[in-house]
Amino acid sequence: MFYREAGDFKTSYRDDGQSFPIKLDRYGYYAILAVAAVVVPFAINDYWANAVLLPFLIYAIAAIGLNILVGYAGQVSLGTGGFMAVGAYAVYKLMTSFPEISIVIHILLAGGITALVGIAFGLPSLRIKGFYLAVATLAAQFFLVWLFNKVPWFYNYSASGQINAPERTVLGWAVTGPAATPSAKYLICLAFVVLLAWVARNLTRGMVGRKWMAIRDMDIAAEIIGVNPLTAKLTAFGVSSFFIGVAGALLFAVYLGAAEVTEAFGINKSFLILFMVIIGGLGSIFGSFAGAAFLVLLPVLLKNLLVGGLGWPTNLAAHIELMIVGALIIFFLIVEPHGLARLWQLVKEKLRLWPFPH
Amino acid sequence: MDQLLYASEVIVNGLMTGVMYSLVALGFVLIYKASGVFNYAQGVMALFAALTLVGIMQGQVPFAHLINAAFGTHLENFGWNVPALLAILLTAAVMVLLAIAIEKLVLQHLVGQEPIILFMATIGLAYFLEGLGDVMWGADVRTLDVGLPQGISETIETATNDWLGYGFFIDRLDIWATIIAAVLVAALVAFSQYTKQGRAMRAVADDHQAALSVGISLQFIWIMVWSIAGFVALVAGIMWGTKSGVQFSLSLIALKALPVLMLGGFTSIPGAIVGGLIIGVGEKLFEFIMSSPDLAGSWFGFTISATENWFAYVLALIFLVFRPQGLFGERIIERV
Repeated sequence: MFYREAGDFKTSYRDDGQSFPIKLDRYGYYAILAVAAVVVPFAINDYWANAVLLPFLIYAIAAIGLNILVGYAGQVSLGTGGFMAVGAYAVYKLMTSFPEISIVIHILLAGGITALVGIAFGLPSLRIKGFYLAVATLAAQFFLVWLFNKVPWFYNYSASGQINAPERTVLGWAVTGPAATPSAKYLICLAFVVLLAWVARNLTRGMVGRKWMAIRDMDIAAEIIGVNPLTAKLTAFGVSSFFIGVAGALLFAVYLGAAEVTEAFGINKSFLILFMVIIGGLGSIFGSFAGAAFLVLLPVLLKNLLVGGLGWPTNLAAHIELMIVGALIIFFLIVEPHGLARLWQLVKEKLRLWPFPH
Repeated sequence: MDQLLYASEVIVNGLMTGVMYSLVALGFVLIYKASGVFNYAQGVMALFAALTLVGIMQGQVPFAHLINAAFGTHLENFGWNVPALLAILLTAAVMVLLAIAIEKLVLQHLVGQEPIILFMATIGLAYFLEGLGDVMWGADVRTLDVGLPQGISETIETATNDWLGYGFFIDRLDIWATIIAAVLVAALVAFSQYTKQGRAMRAVADDHQAALSVGISLQFIWIMVWSIAGFVALVAGIMWGTKSGVQFSLSLIALKALPVLMLGGFTSIPGAIVGGLIIGVGEKLFEFIMSSPDLAGSWFGFTISATENWFAYVLALIFLVFRPQGLFGERIIERV
């Protein structure tokens, strides 16, 4: 009754090709954006920013990136942590080498550098498929982490081997370093999320995205109908790595402030992002957000419930969290292999008919 | 000459490590062949088996941590110690129960799904088992001693010292691991060649539908295969647990077994063994050459260390580009 497309007439091709063709979707999107940009920055505090909002936004970018690769192009990657590390170390080197240039440009450049690295590690995907590729991307994960650990040039020869983000400002507001306020950090992340999600949405429904999906569904058939697997696979790796690199740069510079590569960008991060994509829904931008929100909120919720509510020790809560995450992944794969995004779609279908089912 | 002797010692030790990798890789191959599932949880199964074994041997109360937290009790131990052999049998029984649970709760519902979905389900399983192991037995690092000999073998050291003028350092545990792995492989091969169940297992591996049509129960075969994989995991867990303590990093050997499988091919038992040996020798030798100032230092002008972290993966990656199906894998034929 309330969610419907009747009466929403499109009189031009431009109208028909909008990011959100249904009016209610579009208004909902604007409303969420308005709340996120205008209301949240004033209501935000340190706990909410650090425990929920910043990780959610940053992981959402990474999840969109991985979703492009796994969900749209069908190339399973376990190297996300390594690529995030590339973004983080690229932005660190750029920040410290060219302090006069804006950090926004640095973050975008870091994404570009990660894209190049991603393309290099994506080259074997032309020969290797399926599991073999998934395992081959582990080479990227372990090699990159080792490289940032062992070559002192990357961490500017600091004694601890850590990298620390110096203070940088955007429009006069500090966004990195200890002086940055939660709302400034939040807003810069939000800006990147909105921009990149828009790019991803339009890439995936355009020609590039269709080529990716053709490769995913059956690569030989796609090749026969004229999709060049070389460009399709490498663009998927490049675009995906760009997103993941930006996420890594934000994670280090804005969220963590200081990072040690094995701890911040280990294999666990790769799996975390992969789970976000699976739980959220393969091949869906909305799913990437849903998955990121779910896996960021779940530990916070469980911790509050078990440690705060029942008074259990934190390590026990952490173990139970592992069990729940594992069980949920299996549950989702059994019940709904298309993840939260599919559930959301079903809800929308139902809402369209409600309350008159015929 | 000295360098050559060091290198040959490194090679021998690499072979021994390779056997340990092969042990984990074997579990993967068994399950993959029989059910087409790439079981990422194999490493965590080894950890879980080792944790259970230690827990039973020390007479720990399972879930003590959880019970204590939930009911405010102070349970720790039953107060007895179980002899190693009995504990191993009990752990094997636990692994069979686990196999049944996995078949009933997970695999049965995922029949006919794409392989990649099954793979991801086993990643979920790995997380679940990791959490379960910690909740059941606690997360402390424990030592495991089931009576296997450990330490440097003096016999070999003196023998090589007399013969070559340089004593080889070889861990007795590694020698035992090699022997046990050899016995295990021989037993598995005999089982799959000469017993009724083993033949049924190979039939299922060959063609599910055809196997079903001649009256083989898929469910039973899957449970059996997962049990065998659980048993292999137990053996691997005992070896690795004795070597480096029972702790979380034990489950990471699964990641090390992946390049072994890629080299050897997912479907080949000899491939798992040969792949393990190649990776074991390769990574030890590469580390030895690259970190030695006399070799890499004089050839390239620099040395690097801790290459064991990534060497196996990069080797497998480069290898696969030239031979995508691995050394012994079945040829990949693609059709539209």
